Amino acid sequence: MMRKFLLALLLWVSFLLQTTIFKNLSFTNVAPNLLLIVTVSCAYMRGRKEGMVVGFFAGLLIDLFYGAFFGYYALLYVLIGFAVGSFWDVFFDKDIKMPLLLVGITDFALNLIIYATRFLVRGRLRFDLYMIEIILPEIVFTMILTLIVYRIVYAINHRFEDRSKEGRHSLWAKE
Amino acid sequence: MLVILIIVCIGLMAATLVSDFVADPVRTAAGYVITPFQNGINRIGKFVDQQLKGFRDSKELAAENEALQKRIGELMEENNQIILDEQELERLRRLYDLDRSYLEYTKIPAEVISRDPGSWYSTFVINRGTADGIEEGMNVLADGGLAGIVTKTGQSWAEVRAIIHDESSVSAMVVPTQENCIVSGNLQRMESGLIDFSGLRDDDGLVKEGAAIVTSAISSEYLPGLLIGYVAEVRSDPNRLTKSGTLTPAVSFRYLREVLVIREKKQTKD
Repeated sequence: MMRKFLLALLLWVSFLLQTTIFKNLSFTNVAPNLLLIVTVSCAYMRGRKEGMVVGFFAGLLIDLFYGAFFGYYALLYVLIGFAVGSFWDVFFDKDIKMPLLLVGITDFALNLIIYATRFLVRGRLRFDLYMIEIILPEIVFTMILTLIVYRIVYAINHRFEDRSKEGRHSLWAKE
Repeated sequence: MLVILIIVCIGLMAATLVSDFVADPVRTAAGYVITPFQNGINRIGKFVDQQLKGFRDSKELAAENEALQKRIGELMEENNQIILDEQELERLRRLYDLDRSYLEYTKIPAEVISRDPGSWYSTFVINRGTADGIEEGMNVLADGGLAGIVTKTGQSWAEVRAIIHDESSVSAMVVPTQENCIVSGNLQRMESGLIDFSGLRDDDGLVKEGAAIVTSAISSEYLPGLLIGYVAEVRSDPNRLTKSGTLTPAVSFRYLREVLVIREKKQTKD
C-alpha cells in the first residue's frame, strides 16, 4: 500500500517538474521525459501488469491537461509499459545499463510514433531535422535523468516491496 | 489486461471525439490536485530568480551601470525618433481604418503556470479558468501581441495553444497592403524563433521586411487587428502568384510569464 502511494506521488511530482521547472530550464523546446522514466523503471522492475497500470496513469496525466485526443498518451504509455514489462525476466537488481537502454529505445519509439501520427500525416516530411533537433536531445536528457530517477523507483520498490509478490507475472515464467 | 487497457484508451479517444463529457469531470478534479502546486512552483522559481539577482558582484554592477548610462543616451535619441514615428503611426492607423485597436477589449490577466510536457508542441496552461469567465476560443495576448487561443478549460486553469504551435494557423493580414495570408507555426523553425506565412498576394512587391502582420477580419477564431508579428523574409512562391516567408512574432514565447485573455470572442455566423 505504502509502495503504491509512493509511486503515485512520484508520478505526480514527475508531472509537476516536467511541466514547470524542466520546461523553463531547457534551452530549446525539448524537456526530459520523467513520466517515461518512471513507467519504464516500474515495468522493468515489476513486470507487465504494473508497467501497464503505471503507464496508463502517466499517460492519463498528460492527456488531462495536454494533447488533442483524450486517451492518446495513455494508450502509448500502456504499450510502453507492456513492452518493457516483457523484460522483467532479465531484471537484475542494481544494474543501470539495461534500464538506460530501455529508456533510450522507448523514448525513441514514443517520439517516432508521435512524429508519424501527428506530423508526418500533415505533410511534415523532414524527419532528419526533427530527429536532430527534437528526438535526439530528448533521448539524451531523458537518459541522463534515468540515472537518478531509476534509483528512486528502485528504492521505493525495494524498501516497500510487498511480500506477496503480487503483480509478478511474466509470459515465460508462470508460477 | 493489455487488451482491456487498450480498449479503455481507444474508448476514451472515441468518446472525446463525440463530446467532452468523459474528460470534463476528471479534468476538474485533477485541476485541484495539480494547478495549485504548479502555481506554487512558479512562485518559488520567481523568488529564487530575484534572490539570485541580489548576489551579483559589485564590480559587475558598476560595469553594467556604465554600459547602461551609455545606453540611456542612445535610447533617449531613439525615443525622440519613436515619438515622431508614433504620431505618424496614429495618422496611418486612421488612414487604414485600424483605429478600433484592441485596447478597448476587456481582458483578464493570467499567469503561465506550466508547459506541454512533451517536446513536440507549444501549448501552455494558465492559472485562470471557467471560474474567472474564461471560455474556449478566447484570444490570448502577451507583450502587446497575439500569443494564442484557449483550447481547453478547467475550473481553475485553461490550456492555450500558442501561435507557434505546429498545428496552429491564423488567418492574417499584412498591414501595408491589407492583403490576406495564413500564418502558421512550424516546429522546424522553433530554434530561430520565426514562424511561417503563406498565400500572400503581393503583385507590386509592396510587402517588405519589417511590415506588420495582424489578424484579419475574416478569421473565424481570432478578433481582427491583433498584432501577430513583423515580416522577416519574403519570397515568391513557385506559382508566381503568391508569396510566402517568415515573420518574427511580437511575443517572445521562450520567456512567457504573464498573459492577457480577451473576454470578447470572435463573432461567427451563429
